[in-house]
Amino acid sequence: MIAIEGIHKAFGANHVLRGVTFTVEAGEVVCLIGPSGSGKSTVLRCINGLERADSGSIRVAGQELGDATLPAIRRSVAMVFQRFNLFPHRTVLENVVEGPVHVLKEPRAEAEARGRDLLARVGMGDRADEFPMRLSGGQQQRVGIARALAMRPQAVLFDEPTSALDPERVGEVLQVMRSLAEEGMTMIVVTHEIAFAREVADRAIFMDGGTVVEQGAARAMLTDPQEPRTRLFLDRVLRPL
Amino acid sequence: MNEFLTDAALFLPVLLRGLWTTILLTLCALVVSVMLGLVWATMARARFGPLRAAAATIINVVRGIPIIVQLFCVYFVLPEAGINLYPFAAGVIGLGLAYSVYQAENFRAGFEAVDPALLEAAKSLGMDDRLAMRRVVLPLGIRIALPPFGNTTVMLLKDSSIASTITIAELTRAGQLLAISTFKNGTVYVLIALLYLAASLPLAAGVRMLERRMATR
Ligand SMILES: Nc1ncnc2c1ncn2[C@@H]1O[C@H](COP(=O)(O)OP(=O)(O)OP(=O)(O)O)[C@@H](O)[C@H]1O
Ligand SMILES: [Mg+2]
Repeated sequence: MIAIEGIHKAFGANHVLRGVTFTVEAGEVVCLIGPSGSGKSTVLRCINGLERADSGSIRVAGQELGDATLPAIRRSVAMVFQRFNLFPHRTVLENVVEGPVHVLKEPRAEAEARGRDLLARVGMGDRADEFPMRLSGGQQQRVGIARALAMRPQAVLFDEPTSALDPERVGEVLQVMRSLAEEGMTMIVVTHEIAFAREVADRAIFMDGGTVVEQGAARAMLTDPQEPRTRLFLDRVLRPL
Repeated sequence: MNEFLTDAALFLPVLLRGLWTTILLTLCALVVSVMLGLVWATMARARFGPLRAAAATIINVVRGIPIIVQLFCVYFVLPEAGINLYPFAAGVIGLGLAYSVYQAENFRAGFEAVDPALLEAAKSLGMDDRLAMRRVVLPLGIRIALPPFGNTTVMLLKDSSIASTITIAELTRAGQLLAISTFKNGTVYVLIALLYLAASLPLAAGVRMLERRMATR
């Protein structure tokens, strides 16, 4: 479904990605973990073209990412952001139907009916007509997920979707993501929620210094990593003191 | 005081007609300045370099010429090129052009203050630059630009008095004519000042109200 091969990316002298290679099969849930600055966000941003990799190739559903394919790939890969990035001047429902109506050109009535279904699915059915500012972080993120799903994506990229949330709000978002995973959505999730990754993800990828250090079946790798660097990182995340 | 009131009652109908012209002139010039200003501000964000350069040049040139001179250019110079304009139309065009660069600066600052993360959210939904501009940057940028926009509009109302120099019978010119023919300079100019205030204070209040309404979202 998504195949990344040898991508490099530098911001000026800062060589952030140094040959990142991995693949994600359709229906697979892959968690991307690693220390701050290791390039996890940059990988996700390259996949949906918010950044352009300097070299290497990215294929989504058999199509090579390039100027010509970017619009189609953006439409088939949705993104959920750490800080939600909901449009503050539009209501919850308007946020959700924005893509379907203006990008996919769906009739508004149809998009709104579907949008309400999606909002109900993430437990936000009764807040459709409110503005995002009135919602808690967890609620905003659930709307962010509904907005992503409204594009009927073939894959969803999550960039630390729970990192900006109060601890007691993390669960409600992870719950939505878990049910999405169970329905067979292809997902790449950058997260520090190791327990979630262990339970929900099929595979885990550990990145450090702009390269993939280790990857494998999530449960095994996150319980008993083979690489010392992975082990060190997990120790720090799981036992911060 | 009594004499002031009887004079005022006498002058007011004439001055009110002038005020009406002032308001009409301001509104028309406002529309022109907003439309042109949006064009300049959008050009200033374009990918295409020459478009950005053109916007910067227009803004610098127009901003560098006194408004009264711009009005004279439109009113006296254009006819030599075979373009004859009614004074009112010349005033609308001149003031609209002069103010378009201030509006452009307001909008540009507003667009730039829009959170880039929202633009990324728009792009991740598959929007191209134009659609993202129309659906996200424009509506949010205009909201941010509203307070300076209000100030600019009040300034435009006051600067519309410059149009008196090209024979438009707006408030200032109506007053001047009245003062010349009645020798009651004091009364006339106090009335003019009060009438400008009467127009600008509600305008400022209106913009503030609009601002508050949008801020709750
Ligand atoms: N637009 C940019 N311009 C310049 N440098 C950037 C840009 N985006 C990212 N970087 C740099 O690239 C490096 C990797 O950033 P990235 O956000 O991918 O890391 P990350 O693994 O997601 O970290 P975190 O866990 O903190 O989110 C960092 O050193 C960052 O400063
Ligand atoms: Mg990151």
